[in-house]
Amino acid sequence: MHILVVEDDPTVRNFVAKGLREAGHLVEPVDNGKDGLFLAVSENFDLIILDRMLPGGIDGLRLLETIRAQNNSTPVLLLSALADVDDRVQGLKAGGDDYLTKPFAFSELLARVEALSRRGRSDNVPQTRLVVADLEVDLLSRTVRRGGQRIDLQPREFRLLEYLMRHAGQVVTRTMLLEGVWDYHFDPQTNVIDVHVSRLRQKVDKPFDTPLIHTIRNAGYMLRAE
Amino acid sequence: MQPEGEDRGRGGRRRFRLPRSASLRFSLGYGVLFALSSILFMSFIWWGTIGFLERQVETAINADARALSQRWAEGGLPTLALTIDDRLEQNLDDDAIYLMVGPTGNRLAGNLSEWPAQVVRTDQWYSLKVTRAGMRDTAEVRAFALPGGFRLLVGRDVRARAVLRRLLTDSLLWAWMMVTLLAISGAVLVHGMFRRMIKSIAQTSSAIARGDLSRRMPLVGNGDELDQVAEAINEMLDRIVRLMDGVRQVSNAIAHDLRTPITRARTQLEDAALHAGSAAELRLAIERAVGNLDNVTAVFEALLRIAQIEAGSRRSAFAPFDLVPLLTDIGDLYEAVAEEKQIRLALRLPSCLPFYGDKALMQQAVANLLDNAIKFSPAGGTVTLAAATGPALPGLTMLAPGASAVSIAVTDEGIGMDEADLARASERFFRAEAARHTPGAGLGLSLVQAIVQLHGGVLRLRAQQPGLSVRMILPVARQAQPQARAAAPIPIPPAPRAQHPAVVTETSQSPHERDR
Repeated sequence: MHILVVEDDPTVRNFVAKGLREAGHLVEPVDNGKDGLFLAVSENFDLIILDRMLPGGIDGLRLLETIRAQNNSTPVLLLSALADVDDRVQGLKAGGDDYLTKPFAFSELLARVEALSRRGRSDNVPQTRLVVADLEVDLLSRTVRRGGQRIDLQPREFRLLEYLMRHAGQVVTRTMLLEGVWDYHFDPQTNVIDVHVSRLRQKVDKPFDTPLIHTIRNAGYMLRAE
Repeated sequence: MQPEGEDRGRGGRRRFRLPRSASLRFSLGYGVLFALSSILFMSFIWWGTIGFLERQVETAINADARALSQRWAEGGLPTLALTIDDRLEQNLDDDAIYLMVGPTGNRLAGNLSEWPAQVVRTDQWYSLKVTRAGMRDTAEVRAFALPGGFRLLVGRDVRARAVLRRLLTDSLLWAWMMVTLLAISGAVLVHGMFRRMIKSIAQTSSAIARGDLSRRMPLVGNGDELDQVAEAINEMLDRIVRLMDGVRQVSNAIAHDLRTPITRARTQLEDAALHAGSAAELRLAIERAVGNLDNVTAVFEALLRIAQIEAGSRRSAFAPFDLVPLLTDIGDLYEAVAEEKQIRLALRLPSCLPFYGDKALMQQAVANLLDNAIKFSPAGGTVTLAAATGPALPGLTMLAPGASAVSIAVTDEGIGMDEADLARASERFFRAEAARHTPGAGLGLSLVQAIVQLHGGVLRLRAQQPGLSVRMILPVARQAQPQARAAAPIPIPPAPRAQHPAVVTETSQSPHERDR
């Protein structure tokens, strides 16, 4: 993926760029809004990682509003120290696709980057069936089958599995699950997500030979065929 | 004397300097006012009395002169001379003075031997010494011109008046001295009273200013203005002490709760830098350190969030919604956790609970309560999440008359809390002794408290046998709903932040200004 990183802090910028390169992406790091805007409109990126507070007269939100006004729909991940709910709403309303607050874990950033890139591709075709290996989810009849065997899931477990299936092959963090499945935007102190994932595992993985839901240490979970 | 003189010299340069003591100023003012008013009053009496006497003499002389001129008109010179002699004979007080002289100055009638040299004009009163029957006296006289060069002098001996005047002046002076003495003693008395009243307040407040916050204003107990002031000051002091304690506790707790993970992280990193034998060991140490730093961030975020909610800036996201799906969802989220710990999570909810508030904050408050309840419940226990509408309690703010209140209660069967801890449970960083060793920073309930306060409600904690019941009682502000519905979907732009005010304001004002 071709990713533009607009971030003024050199430590954060180098850290993000290095990590993304290691993950196999092509990264263009920029340290101010003016250069960022110039690159964003002159080149084609798959994703933009954008800091909100930038030097050089053009801050993140203005950059974002400008490229959105030019019908540029490149997914934008806002990365900001402004963490209030109001700030998040403001960022998302300006055209951001996701909002990550500092300090952040790189695994979280990477997971969100991958989720965003995937979403851009699959949103066009409405899906009715999700398939990973021998696991099938029918979104219309809301049934789950694995190896031809029907699995009964609670509604919430179904939504959790659906979310994992839609992001199959990607790391999904606990925060993403909280936001995506429960629509909660705060960090519960207990490991509620782990408990729910382990219950889902009991039903989806336990009776079968190969596990599909994998725990990614220090990051979250991933659903993938072995 | 020397310093005083110096003082006066300096004061003189600044025109006028009032004494620094308010009570002295007050009593001095009182004394001076008293003395001045008595001077004014006595001067009025003096002038009134003396002026009256003077006027009386003048009126008598004028009347005399008129009568005598009539006599002249009736019978001429002989009649007038006869009348003067008659008058002198009838004058019992022996204070009348008459003199009639001819054109040459020769005496025709009267009791004065000769015309006084200084009496020249007829339109003027003269006060002069006259020699009469061998005695020199002060007299008030006036001259009248008669036809044919004759002149008439009419006067009164005012010796008695001078005596009276001296007497009056003397007695008034004495009276004034007495009054002034009274004024001074009164001023001293007022000064003393005033000082006694102020002194206790001054002493107490200066003791407090020196750091002795345990001192309180003494109360007389009669409920007068001074007692009211003292009570108000005492109340203020109580509040200051509570706030100071809070600040001290918070800073102690910050010192502990933040320093501990920071120290751990630092130690782990330093230890790894010095002693790590392999890359794997190094990585493990770094990961642990990162975990500890994440804890620091979490505490910071919770603190900031509480501060933000307490400042009331989150009311922008208020909207009407139904509490039941929200509570069911949270119940659903936590049921799995409870089950894992072999705790039963019981939900007792009505079918519908309309509410007006911030959905995300309510989620967080209820989640915090459930989190706590499950954390402190033993295996096999039951945690109950119950919600109901009821009549509003007094003491709820943001309440329209006749509105009802929603109560959301989370009850556990855990270790509970004793009475002393209950009162402090929602304090920031407060952790009951029994909860010392469970994970957490002691911010959960303060966050709930802040959220409840933002919604105008109250938080009630009650010890159960066993366990603890935490109840949020929130008013349902029905009146706020219509206007809120219009305002809710549009988030109010955030207030400019202290650290980057210029950036934020610039953005919100003209987003594309520089791009074109």
